[in-house]
Amino acid sequence: MSSTAASAPAHSDQHYLAMDLLRFTTAGSVDDGKSTLIGRLLYDSKAIFEDQLEAIERATEQRGEENLNLALLTDGLRAEREQGITIDVAYRYFATPRRKFIVADTPGHIQYTRNMVTGASTANLAIVLVDARKGVIEQTCRHSFIASLLRIPHLIVAVNKMDLVDWSEARFNEIVAQFSQFASRLEIPDIKFIPLSALHGDNVVDKSTKTPWYQGGALLYTLETTYIGSDHNHIDARFPVQTVIRPNSDAHHDFRGFAGRVAGGVFKPGDEVLVLPSERTTRIKSLHGPEGELREAFSPMSIVMTLADEIDISRGDMIAKANNPPHAGRELDAMLCWFSEKKLQPGGKYLLRHTTRELRCVLKEVRYKVNINTLHKVEGDTEVGMNDIARVHLRAAAPLLCDTYQRNRATGSFILVDEFTNATVAAGMIQPPSG
Amino acid sequence: MSSYNLPHVAQLEHEAIFIIREFVAQFERPALLFSGGKDSIVMVRLAQKAFWPAKIPFPLVHIDTGHNFPETMAFRDQLVADTGARLIVGSVEASILAGRATEEKGPNPSRNGLQTVTLLDTIAEHKFDACLGGGRRDEEKARAKERIFSARDEFGQWDPKNQRPELWNLFNGRKHVGENFRVFPLSNWTEMDVWQYIARENLAIPSIYFAHDRELVNRNGVLLAKSPFITLLPGEKWETKRVRYRTVGDSTCTGAVESNAATLAEIIQEVASARQTERGTRADDKRSDTAMEDRKKAGYF
Repeated sequence: MSSTAASAPAHSDQHYLAMDLLRFTTAGSVDDGKSTLIGRLLYDSKAIFEDQLEAIERATEQRGEENLNLALLTDGLRAEREQGITIDVAYRYFATPRRKFIVADTPGHIQYTRNMVTGASTANLAIVLVDARKGVIEQTCRHSFIASLLRIPHLIVAVNKMDLVDWSEARFNEIVAQFSQFASRLEIPDIKFIPLSALHGDNVVDKSTKTPWYQGGALLYTLETTYIGSDHNHIDARFPVQTVIRPNSDAHHDFRGFAGRVAGGVFKPGDEVLVLPSERTTRIKSLHGPEGELREAFSPMSIVMTLADEIDISRGDMIAKANNPPHAGRELDAMLCWFSEKKLQPGGKYLLRHTTRELRCVLKEVRYKVNINTLHKVEGDTEVGMNDIARVHLRAAAPLLCDTYQRNRATGSFILVDEFTNATVAAGMIQPPSG
Repeated sequence: MSSYNLPHVAQLEHEAIFIIREFVAQFERPALLFSGGKDSIVMVRLAQKAFWPAKIPFPLVHIDTGHNFPETMAFRDQLVADTGARLIVGSVEASILAGRATEEKGPNPSRNGLQTVTLLDTIAEHKFDACLGGGRRDEEKARAKERIFSARDEFGQWDPKNQRPELWNLFNGRKHVGENFRVFPLSNWTEMDVWQYIARENLAIPSIYFAHDRELVNRNGVLLAKSPFITLLPGEKWETKRVRYRTVGDSTCTGAVESNAATLAEIIQEVASARQTERGTRADDKRSDTAMEDRKKAGYF
């Protein structure tokens, strides 16, 4: 089962335009070889260029290091190079003849949980690195929990540094068992385990001869073949209006279109739709995409919709279908990941950004905090600070038109903004109401 | 269609259009920074699509170093005429004459750094509160860490350690008076994606992207075009080579690559087999390992 990925990327126009896209995130602890692994994927898939390689060769030499330091490819900021750590989410790109990849590379140390959440928010798949010598540690659990909380449907546990445990099948199985026991508490439908060595390239791009006992594919092959066709919601029709397009020109005198990105379901011309919050109904007259008029539109397409009747609609309104409207309510339960050094203020007011709306809300109650290493509720402590994850109850100034995050990542997510500093202080995921 | 799956270039296009609309919805005085290069040409096309059948609802801003290739300037004026867009030009030459910036000394003085002065002055003069740029994260490792909605303080400075987390498709463009935003809809595009999109859309691009004969000097491995702004050093000489440009910047710091690629299809072949990054031809990035980060912190594009 060898991968063909190391050949040159495909570039015949039709093939290139038609390739699909996988967004994945990587998380690992300090020194478990995450940057090396990404460097290896980029290097072996020929996404690293000679001048980049020369630059890291120069830098490796200057630092007096022996092996080519592939981590320098992703750690670009001055402070990162000085301290040998990754500070921020770095996005990387590579392609094989099968797929195009966007990698959100996030640092693993505890103070940067917020970066991990950020990277995970747009990912279809997460790679969690485990050092074969150390096995499943607290950080492994934390990374996996975040992947589960952000509802990444696919998880790969990359058991790295297998060369340092003599490619022991027993050690690998032990780690699989450790992780599986913990994972029973997660909500990730698809989990795979791969033994590898990022430093030497075993089971990264090509299958290694050192793991005859391992039946699965190399990492890149797994990334290329994971099925992602069902990762968007194509059931509940949701269209948050971004802006209204009125040309005021002679050629398009009466044109009045509603621009936005489909957040779920499928819309077709002629469909009866419900406009919220006004609750008026009308029909879709036409749909326009970047390449012209459309016969149907689905998530995540950016479109312009025209309607049969003149209805007052503006930014922040939601167009849905009458038989399947979103939840509308001022009171919500949500899981929050707190990003700010300033602690959450119970009873405090924040700006809430949800789809294309912004409105005020009050954080009424912290129901409980979650210990992100054990997934247990923290008893008797509801103080929420940076990198904490908590279940909260909040009340918005107007009804929010939303779905649970579990049902739809686009209409179930929000951010909180501090009105005074304008900082993004939290990410929220809407939960079903609790009793 | 039975499968609701968008291929990747279409996904990038839909994402960029969403970002451009969000940019217009969230800011009061937006503008598009237009260099005449391929990325900003793609930006203009995406902006047209985002607001069709209305016109692009913001002006194009060109920061003219005075060292541009004449081909780029001719192209810019044609594109403005074709799209009916409004053009605002900020002139580095004028900044120098007004004493706001000082020309570098040496055999190839670059005005690349000086652009920042003119850019910030132009933003202030027209009170732009946000500017769209064509920057991509695959270009350079500091760019790889910049947000799509990138906040700049009142001095135009980027603070890489204090960026707002950016989750899902929720962009926080709130700002205090005097602050401003740079917004990068092509963040997730690669050089290959841009070329494939130009081919798909059949977009016109400046002639210097295609192979042509030109007089150049080889300075530290960078092929610089003959122009009144470059002085030969002892031992150097002009040579004629068949070349093209992979990026369009200032003629004093953008190197040519030897090439016979005379059509878009040939350029795409060349990009696919290239072993150097496009910025490998930029003398401005070779000044140090963190040259781009340092310029961005000072307010660069």
